[in-house]
Amino acid sequence: MVVGKSVKRVDAFDKVTGRAKYTDDLADKSALIVKIYHSTIAHGMVKSVDTSAAEKIPGVVKVLTCFDVPNLPFPTAGHPWSTDPHHQDVADRLLLHQHVRYYGDDVAVVIAEDEVAADQGVRALKVEYEEFPFVLDVQEAMKDGAPQLHDRFKNNILAHTGYEVGNFEEAIQEPGLVKIEGWYDTPIVQHCHIENHICYAEEQFGKLVIVSSTQIPHIVRRICGQALGLPWGSVRLIKPYIGGGFGNKQDALYEPLCGFCCQQVGGRLVKLDVSREETFVSNRVRHAIRYHITTYARPDGRFVARQMECYSNQGAYASHGHGIAAKGAGAFKQIYVDDKATKADAYTVFTNLPAAGAMRGYGIPQVSFAIESSVEDAAKALGIDSLKLRQINMMPVGYVDSFSKNCNYFDSHNQCIEKADAYIDYKRKHAEYANQTGPIRKGIGLAIFWYNTAVWPISLEASSCRMVMNQDGSVQFEIAETEIGQGADTAFAQMVADTVGIPLEKVHVLTTQDTDITPFGTGAYASRQTYVAGFAIQNIGTQLKNKVLSYAERLMNKPAAELDLVDGIVIEKATGETVIPLDELATTALYSLETAEQFSAEGTTQIKSNAYSFGCSIAEVEVDIPMCKVKLVKMVNAHDCGRLINPQLAEAQVHGGMSMAIGYGMGEQLLFDPKTGKPLNNNLLDYKLCTMLDHPDLKAEFVENFEPTNPFGTKALGEPPTCPGAPAIRNAILNATGVSVNQAPMTPHILFERFKEEGLL
Amino acid sequence: MYDFSALYEATSVQHAVELMQAHPSAVLIAGGSDVLIKMREGKLAGAELISLYKLDELREVTMDPDGSLRIGPMTSFSHATKSPLLQKYMPVLGESADTAGGPQLRNIGTLGGNICNGVTSADTASTEVAYDAMLEITGASGMRKISIHDFYKGVGKVDLQPGELLTGIIIPKESYEDCYGYYIKYAMRNAMDIATIGCSVNVVLSADKKTIQRVRISYGVAGPVPMRARSAEAAVNGQPVSEATIELFGNAVLNDVNPRTSWRASADFRKQIISETARRGLRAAVERAGGVF
Repeated sequence: MVVGKSVKRVDAFDKVTGRAKYTDDLADKSALIVKIYHSTIAHGMVKSVDTSAAEKIPGVVKVLTCFDVPNLPFPTAGHPWSTDPHHQDVADRLLLHQHVRYYGDDVAVVIAEDEVAADQGVRALKVEYEEFPFVLDVQEAMKDGAPQLHDRFKNNILAHTGYEVGNFEEAIQEPGLVKIEGWYDTPIVQHCHIENHICYAEEQFGKLVIVSSTQIPHIVRRICGQALGLPWGSVRLIKPYIGGGFGNKQDALYEPLCGFCCQQVGGRLVKLDVSREETFVSNRVRHAIRYHITTYARPDGRFVARQMECYSNQGAYASHGHGIAAKGAGAFKQIYVDDKATKADAYTVFTNLPAAGAMRGYGIPQVSFAIESSVEDAAKALGIDSLKLRQINMMPVGYVDSFSKNCNYFDSHNQCIEKADAYIDYKRKHAEYANQTGPIRKGIGLAIFWYNTAVWPISLEASSCRMVMNQDGSVQFEIAETEIGQGADTAFAQMVADTVGIPLEKVHVLTTQDTDITPFGTGAYASRQTYVAGFAIQNIGTQLKNKVLSYAERLMNKPAAELDLVDGIVIEKATGETVIPLDELATTALYSLETAEQFSAEGTTQIKSNAYSFGCSIAEVEVDIPMCKVKLVKMVNAHDCGRLINPQLAEAQVHGGMSMAIGYGMGEQLLFDPKTGKPLNNNLLDYKLCTMLDHPDLKAEFVENFEPTNPFGTKALGEPPTCPGAPAIRNAILNATGVSVNQAPMTPHILFERFKEEGLL
Repeated sequence: MYDFSALYEATSVQHAVELMQAHPSAVLIAGGSDVLIKMREGKLAGAELISLYKLDELREVTMDPDGSLRIGPMTSFSHATKSPLLQKYMPVLGESADTAGGPQLRNIGTLGGNICNGVTSADTASTEVAYDAMLEITGASGMRKISIHDFYKGVGKVDLQPGELLTGIIIPKESYEDCYGYYIKYAMRNAMDIATIGCSVNVVLSADKKTIQRVRISYGVAGPVPMRARSAEAAVNGQPVSEATIELFGNAVLNDVNPRTSWRASADFRKQIISETARRGLRAAVERAGGVF
């Protein structure tokens, strides 16, 4: 059995030797190059585009503008399609826009023989605008009279949802309650995957074939069909290896536009390779969300009632929209359970900024920063140890969420905290570091988080896969769930090997998803793939195994029920003795002149469950007050993501998530000129993504409670590691200095202002 | 794919001068870490280039007969860091160079390029200004020598006339002798970053190590070009090695600088860092010189 073992990645050799092919490796060098002209104002109407100079440039083949595209509004979010129109994503995009809504919006494209000519062509375009007022701040955008981005969304409010558990107004009348409130702000950040989005398109066999760096090939096929007015089956979407996505590529990015360009040059091969500067602005970003949290607690620390308002900055287009704010609002009432009442109001609001979409954590990094800061602040106000305060109020064992039916089966939070504490000595240090003096002070901070796995019951959860056996007993395995660098193919191979009963090296995962070949599925998001593929693999793998055993029954005259397939050998269950090696059986079956059969199985597996995935982060810092700098000394994350399929890959997943959390807490923020809406730092020099030298040693700890809903006992780990780090750092700075910093990232600029306000400077 | 119209490769300094005369609009390219980025951004698109890459004669650190250190402007950051002469006589320059960008950039970027592009944040510039470097500039009519203080003319502007190139960075012996320096790069990240403030301090102590005979301090990003804090230097010259002197220095530098508020940092924040890096830089330089607080 290989599940649970740190087997080598199935793609390791090809990736480290450079054999693995990515989109740009696969594009034929004859491809025409597409470059995009992006809006140079934040809001307005394109009045005209003068293309004459661009068209005269040698090598320029064609210029297409916002006046040339079909009027077929399409949604971009990488959600499973809903057949219920009320649950469909907002279709507010065109391929190119006359009404430009942010600085960087797509106005025109130049298609040229090479990159230099395409760039020259873009620079030669002359665009005339009628400028409109613009708005960047989420709460400003909601005011009457604010500039309107989309006609049908009054006051720019894309969505507003809320809930009230219990009676809030009544609950807060209880005498003796302590009220704690605060505003918490999170920044706009970008995914910064290594490979920028790239795609190419050509017409073949009457189809539009698009090869793309995406996480969600089947979904992107559907969106290309919608955007171009093509039957969905007329689009063939191919996804090779990709260099990361982190949710940015859980959206249709430029595939529809690339497909359109291809159509406009007679089906010739065209390639659209996005620069880093464009990726920052004209792909997707993480929603900046502002929270106001009010806590009413008894002096003994019990939360009686809490209220959260949240304002999620959607940017210019709906993309994933309200899902992000709503997920955070759901977490608010679950991670801590109030004695009497919980109330939340969540707004998602358009502004003239880059469109926010999915990003690793999907609202939970934001809300964790707000919640875990508010709990730490409450502890300070109440004079209670903050860990104890968490333990008094956090989701109890046995809690069941009425909507998802998720159950908190285990005492995961306490178990994770204990494991992390054993590594970093939190409890002792947290007490020891309080009340320091001097210019350089130490601090330690903790944060817990709430996460759930996959999207059921909000949306579809199903996974289709196919297994086809060769003469030697090896199996091709095809599934629509995608390898995006996280190691999914390896986890799948492990589960297939154990389910079917063959050695790991006999599993050939077909890593490329091709919508003409690969069974339908929705792809990499929501930390769902290992969980949902587990159901699909168990179902289809068992079917395949049963076919093998049935054939063995006929061939060997032994009842299938008494046989098993283990490690590539059909054995007798009772004795363990070899009945027939699988390669011999498969070859016999394939070439049988009487009953020829290729062993194969495929089908769709519906999943109607979901699972909590919990854990914590603890950060230890050294704060240099005169220099306004925080040095991360040590950091540990502890997770209960169920049984680990591959411990080493799990550890790597956690390290990567922690790294993103460090950037979120300490450095990363996309900035815009308030006077023009122009992005200021959309490059890797000015956008302060952390380097290796900004990282301490990262420690990953696991609590392996077997998840009862899943055949392999596993649950979400893709996104959870990036959720609790930033508030842990924030709480460590508070522990060190007594200064609360209520906005991320906690850069030296912010610390300078706060230290001055608090009299430390 | 880069958008340039011609590439001329100079085979000697003389040849480079001739090429500049023949192609007056051409842009000099040394390591390329600035030029190629500007070209990619479209700012230099279509430019003609004159490459200095083959000028090995400008790619070394040597000592002149009078004891001056001569740094060839084509010397890369990483070669400066590893130069035995600099390590022995002026390690702070190699240390400054070692804070620039990442390893790849330090292998291609040159010390000459770092000052010829005229930017205030250049990591090696502050140290050269703090050591009163002299610059040798060669043109058609021969060679001239000017102080680095006169070289900077404004943001992105330096005293290079058409047809001229920088051929030597010279640190006079009296500048580095018995002198101990320390460079603090204050940036948002510990690598791959541009200085928010660069601060280079060097001191000569009295024989008994109790008095600061000469202090020089230069900043990057405290003004439009790398600049000295002269009144602070004057205030501390002759002062004892003491905490009070450190404090005096940290406060005095604020009279010399005039940082701006930009989206990268506020003026007040920069002043905080300017003052604190002066204190820490002076302390570290004095300790390197053998002083004890």
